[in-house]
Amino acid sequence: MTPRSLYAIAPHLSRAECEAITKKVLGFSTADECRVTVNSGMRQNTRFAVNQISTAGDDYNASVNIRSVFGKKVASVSVNRLDDASLKAAVENSERIARLAPDDPELMPELPPQRYAEPIVWSDATASLEPEARAEAVRAVTEASRKAGLVSTGYLEAQAGSGAVANNRGLFAYSRSTATAYTTTVRTPDGTGSGWAGASDNDFRRINPAVLAERAIEKAKRSANPVAIEPGRYTVVLEPTAVANLVQLIVGSLNARNADEGRSFFSKAGGGNKIGEKVVDERVTLISDPLDPRVPANTFGGDGMPNTRVTWIENGVVRNLAYDRFWAQKSGKEPSFAGGTLRMEGGASSVEEMIASTERGILVTRFWYIRGVDPRTILFTGLTRDGTFLIENGKVTRPVKNLRYNESPIFMLNNLQMMGRPERVSASESGGPGQAIMVPAIKARDFNFTSTSDAI
Amino acid sequence: MSDRRDFLRTTGAAAAAIALASAPRRASAAPAYEDLDRFQSGASKELLLEAINAAKMGGASYADCRIARFRQNFVVTREQQIINVVDTDTLGCGVRALVDGCWGFAATRDLTRAAVTGAAREAVAIAKANRVARDRAITLAPTQAYPNATWKSAFTTDPFEVPLEQKVDLLLKANAEAMKVPKVKFVNSILFFVKQERQFASTEGSVIDQTFVRSWPLFTATAVADDFSDFQNRQGVEAAPMGRGFEYVLSADLPGNARKWAEQAAEKLTAKPVEVGKYDLVLHPSNLWLTIHESIGHPTELDRALGYEANYAGTSFIAPPDEKLGKLQYGKPLMNVQGDRSQEGALATVGYDDDGVKPDEFLIVKDGIFNDYQTTREQAPWLAEWYAKQGKPVRSHGCSYADSWASVAFQRMPNVSLLPANDEATWDDLIAGVDRGIAIIGDGSFSIDQQRYNAQFGGQVYYEIRGGKVAGMLKDVAYQIRTPDFWNSMDKLGGKASYELGGSFFDGKGQPGQVNAVSHGSPPARFRQVNVINTGRTS
Repeated sequence: MTPRSLYAIAPHLSRAECEAITKKVLGFSTADECRVTVNSGMRQNTRFAVNQISTAGDDYNASVNIRSVFGKKVASVSVNRLDDASLKAAVENSERIARLAPDDPELMPELPPQRYAEPIVWSDATASLEPEARAEAVRAVTEASRKAGLVSTGYLEAQAGSGAVANNRGLFAYSRSTATAYTTTVRTPDGTGSGWAGASDNDFRRINPAVLAERAIEKAKRSANPVAIEPGRYTVVLEPTAVANLVQLIVGSLNARNADEGRSFFSKAGGGNKIGEKVVDERVTLISDPLDPRVPANTFGGDGMPNTRVTWIENGVVRNLAYDRFWAQKSGKEPSFAGGTLRMEGGASSVEEMIASTERGILVTRFWYIRGVDPRTILFTGLTRDGTFLIENGKVTRPVKNLRYNESPIFMLNNLQMMGRPERVSASESGGPGQAIMVPAIKARDFNFTSTSDAI
Repeated sequence: MSDRRDFLRTTGAAAAAIALASAPRRASAAPAYEDLDRFQSGASKELLLEAINAAKMGGASYADCRIARFRQNFVVTREQQIINVVDTDTLGCGVRALVDGCWGFAATRDLTRAAVTGAAREAVAIAKANRVARDRAITLAPTQAYPNATWKSAFTTDPFEVPLEQKVDLLLKANAEAMKVPKVKFVNSILFFVKQERQFASTEGSVIDQTFVRSWPLFTATAVADDFSDFQNRQGVEAAPMGRGFEYVLSADLPGNARKWAEQAAEKLTAKPVEVGKYDLVLHPSNLWLTIHESIGHPTELDRALGYEANYAGTSFIAPPDEKLGKLQYGKPLMNVQGDRSQEGALATVGYDDDGVKPDEFLIVKDGIFNDYQTTREQAPWLAEWYAKQGKPVRSHGCSYADSWASVAFQRMPNVSLLPANDEATWDDLIAGVDRGIAIIGDGSFSIDQQRYNAQFGGQVYYEIRGGKVAGMLKDVAYQIRTPDFWNSMDKLGGKASYELGGSFFDGKGQPGQVNAVSHGSPPARFRQVNVINTGRTS
């Protein structure tokens, strides 16, 4: 088995170590204000292709970011050496650059000490996922695929680390977190079928490799030799991963300032923003709650702001947008941000019920290469991938060739028909853990597919 | 290619929840004092040799070691204010060992004899552990030894020596020019610099020292309709990222171009929405580079074609190799596409790759026919049969790259460029041959499937062509292609004088992901009857 790095530092810096480092840096500082951020941790990964492990590695890091302010002048420097001379040099460097910088008229003073809820984002099981355990998880997929006469590729990543922020007004925050994701793509040897399965969690014990294997293998088999269908508007049944691929795009548009400045979907014609307006189906509610045990996140942000529960959309109505401290002050609002977690409330329908109620539609496993097209409507393009099927008269009848869409999650959530129970999913394109996200499967009408693809 | 927005989001001041909520990332910071001294004095070369010797003693049939320093500098502004100034600096050592046909890799931040030889032994141990899962032994194509090589990219002014005031002044001047334009309410601009000093030694006998500088000026003007009913962006993408220094940033002349870009942002507010349909397209190099990247660069990576990237980036429609090499009609005979790492000022240009190979120039597409894949020393032997048929030696094209001292090298894209016509044809000549079409300048939205068949591209500005002449601005344009059909519809190229480079700092590949900086040159080119959609939906 792959040995752990001989040069592994402690997997992450402890609270006491972070306190010592930040105290030292603040002691070196001669600036009017100084903020120091410490991040440390490891990324453990195992990759496989063609039914065998191709690479495996443990990757450790510790870095310190120093932000110095003189009057309204500010600059940041980051270092990955924790010896006194390096830290002192970094402080001096950030102060030298800050003095040269022009004034930032929007600079906000450092926060005084804050109260934080205890975060629930750490799992010993994830933090101790050694190469042997990863290899075992890999074999659950590769062996099953080999037995099925299929070809598997995949990636398992587990992160464990700590973060701390402190400033010269006495603020100090510290937390530890873990995150893991396991994704696999299983293909038929002749390349005519491809199936995907994936999962993401803070706790690796909640990921079942055998279940992922079964799902990807089944999809690979069922997707072989797809037929082309005409692009156009279709009723779709989207599995939770596909829903998350699109719904998470709304988060990137929640910035209140952009809305108020007239350059966002959330801008209101004539000025202002859409807080209080109904923008999607009344069954849709979107919440970021760092203390939700199913999709937890850290309880503070990079500047030491507490990360608290925010309801973005409630029963289809915009309730909040994200305000940075400057814009919040200017607008008379409380600062808020989407701190690495998102949950969409669901309904009670099963995917089977959604299929059974569909006369003609398309079942989608996931979307891929999703890129923005029009920020005015949060319109994105991308393609279906690794398991796309035709639904006819309430049954999945055959695999279809992949389709490109040009669609907005806003339009999609206006055309909502049915929702399932929310599930936590892996919705990052790269296969890394990404943000914690939990959404239901949905059925929606008039989903806009604009062309077909020969890609399998 | 990775999304530029993600980069802007993480470098902007508004990125409130920095690393805490997300992954612990790889090293991004400054070296310890004594290590830096050792590196700068050249004493680290002894460590390179110590490391590869340790790997050899451990049983490696081949080993290489990289000791490298990676620095970044950003200056981020909006309107008349500075948002962020950031410096990052990281130094370390990575060792790769081939034992019994299997790779092992290990990296350390510590530049001591004990640390680098320890990393070498660890790389050997990992290689040995991977032996149980070996299917076929890795063999390496031969390469020459370069015992005392040095190389430096094409820069005259090191951006890390340029005072901050000068950088800020340039950006704020450009912003001010843009803000003079009515309806232009917002401007964002960034200078982004990278410097990499990379030392390499291998058991083949090479010791190579290279210095790279890359510079990227970014600029976006946003126009907002008076009644808040619309907004439009114009990014100054013609100021492409380059493997050059601050002299390039000055020549890109942001202050001189800002007004034009801002005026075009405002003009887009009242531009005519495009009618859906098939059009002849005339694509400017500032647009076409990204189409080349996605639809030629990626599908001709050999590891993709053989399934090694299936779980993320995907596979390739150009597979299996023996059915496509010399057979696939990529385009008409006027189409020639070159892979190289030698164009001066291009982002993927190097003296030697991370296998210690001096890259060659090779034709990926020759007279319209698919001719070769991008390769490393490990991959070139996989095509031995094809090369034998061609009467060519088996040799790597020099496409090995690792994005950090802590990353393992693998196959990454060289500069992949569409060669110009052997005449003096201009942008206007191409337009003159179009009765009903669209001319597109600048890259915009982009998306392509996992085998690189179906793609959709936007742009920055679009002009209607009627009767061989530009007839006014259009908006909400995107073109959709099926790769082989699209390239086979190309019927005319601009000449040598019209050739330009575009590129990206952020071509993503691999798990865990690595980024590669790459340029793509092309002349303007004309395509017949391409599918165009209107992206300006309201429901």
